[in-house]
Amino acid sequence: MKEKQSFEDDIKRLQKIVEELSSGKLTLGESLKKYEEGIKLAQSCSAMLSEAQRKVELLMKKDGRFSLEKFDDANLKEEA
Amino acid sequence: MQTKKNNSSRHIYTVSEITQDIKLILEANFNDVWVEGEVSNFRVATSGHFYFSLKDQTAILAAAMFRGANKDIKFKIEDGLKVICFGKIDVYSPRGQYQLIVERIEPKGIGAQQLAFEQLKNRLFKEGFFDPVHKKPLPLMPFRVGIVTSSAGAAIRDILQILKKGAPCVDVVIRSVRVQGESAASEIAWAIEDFNAFKQVDVIIISRGGGSVEDLWSFNEEVVARAIYNSRIPTISAVGHQINITLSDLVADVFVETPSAAAKIIVDKKNALLAELDGYRYRLTSFVSETIHGWGNNLVALKHMLKSPQDRLLEKQQLCDEIRERLGQNMQHYLNIIKERAGSLIEKLEALSPLAVLSRGYSLSMLLPEGTIIKDAVNLKLGDKVKTVLGKGSFIGSVEEVIKDKSKGGSLR
Repeated sequence: MKEKQSFEDDIKRLQKIVEELSSGKLTLGESLKKYEEGIKLAQSCSAMLSEAQRKVELLMKKDGRFSLEKFDDANLKEEA
Repeated sequence: MQTKKNNSSRHIYTVSEITQDIKLILEANFNDVWVEGEVSNFRVATSGHFYFSLKDQTAILAAAMFRGANKDIKFKIEDGLKVICFGKIDVYSPRGQYQLIVERIEPKGIGAQQLAFEQLKNRLFKEGFFDPVHKKPLPLMPFRVGIVTSSAGAAIRDILQILKKGAPCVDVVIRSVRVQGESAASEIAWAIEDFNAFKQVDVIIISRGGGSVEDLWSFNEEVVARAIYNSRIPTISAVGHQINITLSDLVADVFVETPSAAAKIIVDKKNALLAELDGYRYRLTSFVSETIHGWGNNLVALKHMLKSPQDRLLEKQQLCDEIRERLGQNMQHYLNIIKERAGSLIEKLEALSPLAVLSRGYSLSMLLPEGTIIKDAVNLKLGDKVKTVLGKGSFIGSVEEVIKDKSKGGSLR
């Protein structure tokens, strides 16, 4: 959730930067600063999307408490 | 009634009598019956009554459903539809025909359940469950997906495969439930509530692989519909493998036909975002290189502007030099002219000099001691000392005699 929140914020910030840059109203120094920030944001967002470390878990509930258990999908893969 | 001839026990009915008897027997024995058959020759009379036949492979039964009974039917009756009717047999004496007076009709198979479903659907519709106003947008990118399904089913397998291949950045949390049978609906509903309590997923997929209408029935139940409707986390309903629309589909924020399609939504989102990010990067870079290029041009222009005063200075210097040079030349010229003019004046002066006249033999006398030039003898007295200047040298003498000239002009004339 925290990931998602910051991701959405980053995308919004990036969109704003692109808009500002395209307005052409910035000084050269500002442009370069925004460019640097924008590229960093785009890269970190892309990195999040390209990450391949996924987790598959089972949500368990016992006595009103939640816990996560690793889900083994190896057998499922074979079926396909 | 009796006759004399033949069999005294012979009983002869009139048509009305026998019809009346048949009517009594039939109506007494076939009151409240269920009849299953296929609808044919269905028509609606202007009175609003339905007339049709029920048939199977070998027989046909006329049927009528009066307006009062047919007004609440939730489905459309059509020829070919297999139905189960409840009603009673009625004999219509004027035509000598019997027919089934239908009080209730249900489609065969889904029957009562379907009817209940339609009723529930209408009720939920009135409550606004399917209203687009209540549809929540999916998050920009669901990085953590909750799935309500059987952990052993085909749905989870399909979803995991597609996510693994297409969006491995997505974490999956499965809440395993039974997806058919008595307790399935409540388990599904609880699972949705659990995810809402757990909070840590961005979207909930409610899913089940394909099956018969009955198999999918749990997804039509009110508890499931309510749990989906009340979910604060956006929901995707992916039930079945064909177009069997369940209540879950209608209530969910997004509805797709298959579990795979639900996973594809997420993969598509990821790919669209990556493309969008590439686009931003490209735009950022091109803006900046344009800006830099623009500033480069500005610099060149500025450099020109900076160079210009220097150029102007040089120009001025050159001008100064030229002027100075010209001034020098002019001065020289002027000096020369003056020199020339002075020379000629000197010559003229020389020509006019009395000394020059003297050199031609004239002499000049001055009265001493004053040295005044003597132009008229009348000013002389005897004994005056006189200095006479010659072409070369001079001498001093004294006046011996004064000879006065009476004429006005000089003595030379």
